[in-house]
Amino acid sequence: MPTTQTRRSLGLALMFGAFALPAWAQTVKVEDPWVQATVAGQKATAAFMKLTADAPVKLTGGKTPVAPVVEIHEMVMDGDVMKMRAIPGGLPLEAGKTMELKPGGYHVMLIDLPKPVEVGQKVPLTLIFTDAQGKEFEVAVEAPARPLKRDHGQKSSHGM
Amino acid sequence: MTCPDLHRTFALMLLPAALLLSACEKVSSPPAFHATEIREASFGRELRLPDTEGRVRTLADFRGEVVGVYFGFLQCPDVCPTALSRAVEVKRLLGEEGKRFRIVFVTVDPERDTPEVVRAYLDAFDPSFVGLVGSPEEVARTAKEFRVYYRKVPTGSSYTMDHTATTFVYNADGKLRLAVPHTLPAEAFAADVRRLLAEAPAAPGR
Repeated sequence: MPTTQTRRSLGLALMFGAFALPAWAQTVKVEDPWVQATVAGQKATAAFMKLTADAPVKLTGGKTPVAPVVEIHEMVMDGDVMKMRAIPGGLPLEAGKTMELKPGGYHVMLIDLPKPVEVGQKVPLTLIFTDAQGKEFEVAVEAPARPLKRDHGQKSSHGM
Repeated sequence: MTCPDLHRTFALMLLPAALLLSACEKVSSPPAFHATEIREASFGRELRLPDTEGRVRTLADFRGEVVGVYFGFLQCPDVCPTALSRAVEVKRLLGEEGKRFRIVFVTVDPERDTPEVVRAYLDAFDPSFVGLVGSPEEVARTAKEFRVYYRKVPTGSSYTMDHTATTFVYNADGKLRLAVPHTLPAEAFAADVRRLLAEAPAAPGR
């Protein structure tokens, strides 16, 4: 389900008929967010989604009640070797271009889970973005947890 | 299956002669494997690690089955679930023959991946998958034997593991035959496994 949330300041600005200054115009549309469910004892998992920003911003972090540490990661294949790294400085989003965070690419890593994320659980996730002026703003979504075993047909998972 | 067998089968099914001929051609010159074929491997000859129940397992335990050995770790949010989900799909595509295909998962992160967690994790994919959890020394020795690369990499408050994401496939005689890259689709993987299974028909009563 598409979730759009605008900075509160933008909403207020429009409400009072103020100038829609470009600096206030940042919105990031978050679509199809999901979290990979875990089994007991598994201490980390990832969230995936599609992001479309209306101005150049960076995804720089996140918050969730299910994990104390949230990092933005990239998965890369170096020959046959899988490597996963935090993206220094955040993940840049181009204005109007949808960026898909998916297996085989980028993900939001949820680390040090105190308890498992159950299939079907709605995981509250607040994404933190940084705009071109260096100001942070947040977008809150709810990401349902999907089973570890992925449905066949999610072929994007093999596309590298 | 030999050509005369095919003839008889197809004749009974009253299929056109054209199909018969093409079937024979396929039997006489099998297509190349989709994965990288390995002959007379000088690596991956031995596997000896405790499973999630503490029993020491070796390749000999899986004779009669086509086995895919995969090295991974449970904190891996991306390639490991992708590889294991692909294996589940391969098994499904094989249908009845899928009973003779098994995944053996070797953790490269024995510090965090306890036998209990590995068992629960594999059960989320397929309870028939075998999990091997060695000591750090045993894992290092096994990775060396398989020429598998793995390395602990710090990330903020925690660490991640770089690791080879290849699935090593053994035939029913326990010989290493294929290196399946992470990017190979399930359909191609299943076709390769089917071919290896056909090379070693199921023993009676299996």
